[in-house]
Amino acid sequence: MNAQSQKPAPFLFFITLAVCLFMFVPVIISIMAGLVNNYRIGLESGLTLRWINEVWSIYGSTVSASILLALACVICTLLLGVPCAYALARSKSRCARAFEETLMLPVAVPGLATALALILAYGNINFLRQSYGFILIGHVLFTLPFMVKTVSSAFQRPDLLAIEEAARTLGASFTQRFLGVLVPAVFPSILAGMLMVFTLSIGEFNLTWMLHTPLTRTLPVGLADSYASMRIEVGSAYTLIFILVILPILWLLQGFANWAQKRYGT
Amino acid sequence: MNRNKKTSGQAVAAKRHNPVLLACLAPATAFFAAFWLLPAVLLVALPAEKGWQTYFIVLTDSRYMWSMINTLLLSLATTVCTLMIGGAVGVYLARRRFAGRQMLLSLLTAPLAFPGVIIGFFIILLGGRQGWFADIGSALGMGRITFAYGLTGLFLGYLYFSLPRAIASYTAAAESMDTQLEEAARVLGASRWEITRDVWLPQLAPTTVACGAIVFATAMGAFGTAFTLSSKFEVVPITIYNEFTNYANFALAASLSITLGLVTWAVLFFTRVSGTVSSGT
Repeated sequence: MNAQSQKPAPFLFFITLAVCLFMFVPVIISIMAGLVNNYRIGLESGLTLRWINEVWSIYGSTVSASILLALACVICTLLLGVPCAYALARSKSRCARAFEETLMLPVAVPGLATALALILAYGNINFLRQSYGFILIGHVLFTLPFMVKTVSSAFQRPDLLAIEEAARTLGASFTQRFLGVLVPAVFPSILAGMLMVFTLSIGEFNLTWMLHTPLTRTLPVGLADSYASMRIEVGSAYTLIFILVILPILWLLQGFANWAQKRYGT
Repeated sequence: MNRNKKTSGQAVAAKRHNPVLLACLAPATAFFAAFWLLPAVLLVALPAEKGWQTYFIVLTDSRYMWSMINTLLLSLATTVCTLMIGGAVGVYLARRRFAGRQMLLSLLTAPLAFPGVIIGFFIILLGGRQGWFADIGSALGMGRITFAYGLTGLFLGYLYFSLPRAIASYTAAAESMDTQLEEAARVLGASRWEITRDVWLPQLAPTTVACGAIVFATAMGAFGTAFTLSSKFEVVPITIYNEFTNYANFALAASLSITLGLVTWAVLFFTRVSGTVSSGT
């Protein structure tokens, strides 16, 4: 950074300040509203954990359901995505590129359309429709491309080809090479993909709102319900719980990206 | 030479491994074919049951046409404003070094992980009937200002979920900008505006195109925010939802979904293709 670029830039400073206010003020109001006795009166009405407890008793199950769903989604994208990423990284054919492009469609097309298509095709299979499995399918469709993209670009590292070749000449079978050499070598990217899939799954609403039933509700679905039918304090307390669940994971993701940048320089 | 060796080695490896590679692809392919391709084909075929003209309902029925035009204009306005504001913030954050900068950046990008419903709720907290602006307005004797349930609220909500992406992209892009060009322009007596137009904008152009496409496509398909605000201003995802749940008009909902999906996919696809072409030359 040279001295010139540290010159005062009042216009940019003003915009940045305004954006910070716009982004942070609603979060601060929301956190406060979830922790005070009465939102209309404000801080003078005293702080309380009453609303948090109320949310926990009404919507507690949605929090655990969402976390379990996100974990299941991570496992599914690992099992489906990592081998797929390897195959896409190693094949240079036009078919593979076309397949990669098709795999991205559930991200490019609005979630509402994907959900509608799923309901049309499988909505009348009751045991599936009424289980969390239906939502899980939607989440895996939506998050798989992120896992494949992240891991596939790691598999393309040129030094990996040499390592793989060396393991082969030493007589390692494909499974040994894959699990013993390749997967550990790209593990940082796999971990980054897992964290990304987890965050995407836990916050997913567009697909989930169409796919859920009264018995299969996730955190964002519960949030929408509380905003529509509960006091503003309850909605705020629920929002606070969501932020508390998601923030540690986001920080992990960020810290991890910084670490990888230092370690690998890309 | 080294590269040649590698690619030929790779080709041999690919040939030898073909069955293995296919086996690696199989689970993902089977899952994707069963749960996305097949349902998508059914969705695309559905409007035909009510006659082929159902596919063009967006063009022939003025109600749906206006819903689509509204959504296009709202998304376009969101994209333009997001890029201008996000660009300014990105350039500022990329060139300043202050305590807590990394922290600020991570807080500004955290809303990327929020579902749209939370952002709708934030707008209600700001501009709803019990909102912040209502309180300030009545304290100042201007009446209780509410804007959450109309076009303004919707636009602010869309801006809220788009800005983090633009700020993250522009900060990263501006950090790798060539400062020597700017230095040269300054020495030659260019004004601030000239530097912005002739030095910054061209260097940030690839980010503007790529980020703009993602912001536009996300805004077109956004559902949660508009759903929470139950806005008077109807956007296509809400129209689709209403047709499907309230009127059980599946063919129409399918037709609108296909149109919306085509628009967002086309924007993303052509931006990516033009991006690879221009970076390739």
